[in-house]
Amino acid sequence: MKAKFLIPLILFVVLIGFLAVGLNRDPHEVPSPLINKLAPAFNLPQLADSQKMFSPQSMRGQVWVLNVWASWCVACREEHPVLVEMGKLQIAPIIGLDYKDQRDDALTMLSSQGNPYLLSAFDADGRVGINYGVYGVPETYVIDKEGIIRFKHIGPLTMDLLNQRIFPLLSQLKKS
Amino acid sequence: MIPEFGHYALILALCIAIIQGILPLVGAHQGRREWLMLARPAAQTVFFLLAIAFAILTWSFYINDFSVLYVAEHSNTQLPVVYRIGAVWGGHEGSLLLWVLLLSTWTFLVAQLSKALDEFMVARVIGVLGLVITGLLLFVLMTSNPFERLFPAAQDGRSLNPLLQDPGLVFHPPMLYMGYVGFSVAFAFAIASLLSGRLDAAWARWSRPWTTAAWVFLTLGIALGSWWAYYELGWGGWWFWDPVENASFIPWLVGTALLHSLAVTEKRGGFKSWTVLLAITAFSLSLLGTFLVRSGVLTSVHAFATDPKRGIFILVFLSLVVGSSLVLYAWRAPKSSLGGKFSISSRETLILLGNVFLVVSAASVLLGTLYPLLIDALHLGKISVGPPYFNSVFVPIMIPLLVLMGIGPWANWKNTNLLAVIKRLWIAGVVAVCAGIFIPMAMGSFTWLSSLGFLLAFWVIASGCMQIIRQAKTGKPTRSFIGMQIAHLGIAVFVIGVTMVGGYQEEKDVRMLAGESVSVGGYQIMLENVSAVPGPNYNAMRGTFLLMRNGKLEATLYPEKRSYFSSSMPMTEAAIDVGLTRDVYVSLGEELPDKAWAVRVYYKPFVDWIWGGCLLMALGGILAISDKRYRIKLRQAST
Repeated sequence: MKAKFLIPLILFVVLIGFLAVGLNRDPHEVPSPLINKLAPAFNLPQLADSQKMFSPQSMRGQVWVLNVWASWCVACREEHPVLVEMGKLQIAPIIGLDYKDQRDDALTMLSSQGNPYLLSAFDADGRVGINYGVYGVPETYVIDKEGIIRFKHIGPLTMDLLNQRIFPLLSQLKKS
Repeated sequence: MIPEFGHYALILALCIAIIQGILPLVGAHQGRREWLMLARPAAQTVFFLLAIAFAILTWSFYINDFSVLYVAEHSNTQLPVVYRIGAVWGGHEGSLLLWVLLLSTWTFLVAQLSKALDEFMVARVIGVLGLVITGLLLFVLMTSNPFERLFPAAQDGRSLNPLLQDPGLVFHPPMLYMGYVGFSVAFAFAIASLLSGRLDAAWARWSRPWTTAAWVFLTLGIALGSWWAYYELGWGGWWFWDPVENASFIPWLVGTALLHSLAVTEKRGGFKSWTVLLAITAFSLSLLGTFLVRSGVLTSVHAFATDPKRGIFILVFLSLVVGSSLVLYAWRAPKSSLGGKFSISSRETLILLGNVFLVVSAASVLLGTLYPLLIDALHLGKISVGPPYFNSVFVPIMIPLLVLMGIGPWANWKNTNLLAVIKRLWIAGVVAVCAGIFIPMAMGSFTWLSSLGFLLAFWVIASGCMQIIRQAKTGKPTRSFIGMQIAHLGIAVFVIGVTMVGGYQEEKDVRMLAGESVSVGGYQIMLENVSAVPGPNYNAMRGTFLLMRNGKLEATLYPEKRSYFSSSMPMTEAAIDVGLTRDVYVSLGEELPDKAWAVRVYYKPFVDWIWGGCLLMALGGILAISDKRYRIKLRQAST
């Protein structure tokens, strides 16, 4: 048996190893070092109007939700109806961070699938995303009145998650 | 009662498939003829039983038997009949049943059309396919039984995902699966020849038409899916590098490499172990694709509800099938003889080079698709890989491949004077450069990327035309020669479509009131009105748009915004005016205050060439299969 004929087998075994580990990992659970830290500051143009800027400081005194999304991200499309529902309930303002996207594509997605956001900041080169430690889109942050990140979720939001964790947290933060 | 017959047919099919998978293989090994002879009848019976099971599931959908859980989950009383039929494969259980049915269809066809082939070879091929069918049937029966009952029966079903309620669902999955699964035949031939130790040109000649047939189906299936996404999703895109799209595209790339490598093995006896490896890889990637889609390890538009038990089962199955094949490969392939010698400048070298580019591109797409999973498994975090990665990695690999496509068919087997070939191709070079300079200028704006696109496309076209002229002078060209030329022309047509859309499409997002118009790509589009229209299982707002050019009415378009009773998510039905040189695409967005509507219009030049190119590739494949050389060989082999 010549060694080079074993290469495909070895590659395959490695691949299977990864797939096996992947099966046992919840694709949506990641700890964040940013919990209970001040949300990183930024100043970005808004998606709908590049003349206007948005900065998290302007949200001081409010409990709000930051949702990182992009039109190229499939999981975001999956999540979108949940966000639209959440927007209708008006529990807290949702600010979008449109991550490494094309402005036109992003606007199309919002016009065709509904716009749950108070506004979206347009992070064309993903620099703000880096400061927030964005691993994968979509991501969602709950930020309190002092501008401190209280909760972070990676992956699409679900109605269950909203009802069980995020809504209670929002109402608790609003009271304090 | 009837669904139980379906369940019973599945169990019986499993029992026969076990026989089909074991006895012929053992018989071929020990030289027991009576066991060998079981291969064909077993394959026919399995096919027959699976067809019955499938027909029964279809019947349950047709009569809306909501005591069958799968029917209750994917159909309801308001769903039109045609989508009830499509709904049979609209969910996990049914699409797996379709997978197995098509696999046994291929097996059945092999059993019917292999009369001229060596009995031992046929028995081994059918046996290998039987083992694969056994594994999949176990999977269906243990984790995803489509005939599971629901007592008491549901009053009404949950209905099919509105995204899937489209003619695309009726054709896209069967076509795609037919291609996906079809690579199993090339795989089975490869394994059979490894088992018998007869890795020779005859093996390549036999698996070549089968591989081409699978490749044709896969090409059409992918093209249909792309076209469906284009008109249904309302985003105006034709390819999204979604994990599931990639799962079908990666086997296509490897399958394309396999087609070319098989040609070398058949004609020159070379690349044997490489060809075998490609045949194993193409089918393994089809299985891997199934794993990715069915297990939910990656998120995607195509993902169905996921169940970890299923993921583990497929993973084990994948390990067994691919692992044992690769062990067999490592053990037997080194014993294969080398083919005819060839020099560095020969058609063999060029095909090998093309193969390398195809395999590298497949590997890079695979890497991008699995990267989020790899990073997660290594505890490095979670990421999502988007189109920017794929475009920047995939496109550069395609450039040398297209250059090679213009040269390869000119080269002779064994040894050729490449310099002379290149000298001969100066006309094609001039045509290509002119196209690269003048077409972008004629389109109004010059960019290097579109210039490169036209240059490469016209290089392939011009070189192809020159070959056809040369061949016509020397005698009547064979069908496989014409097939190759048409398939290569298809690639060029595809590249023109992609370049045109990428470089020159126009899109506008506007707020429109009735009577207002917007202009795009030299057309004016006027919104006449928006009215409510009821559908069979939805309510729609339908816009009436007049498409005009220079004040003359060209078409009337009716895009819709639908809300299905069974789903909260509104669906966008775009309206498209299709043309040979352009599509005009109108989609209706949200209703805005003051009776205004958000409207999105696209002008997409040559977009239909993308799918036209795929059709040409498939046509080329069909011509190649029908080449009389296979029929002659068939007769020779039988005497």
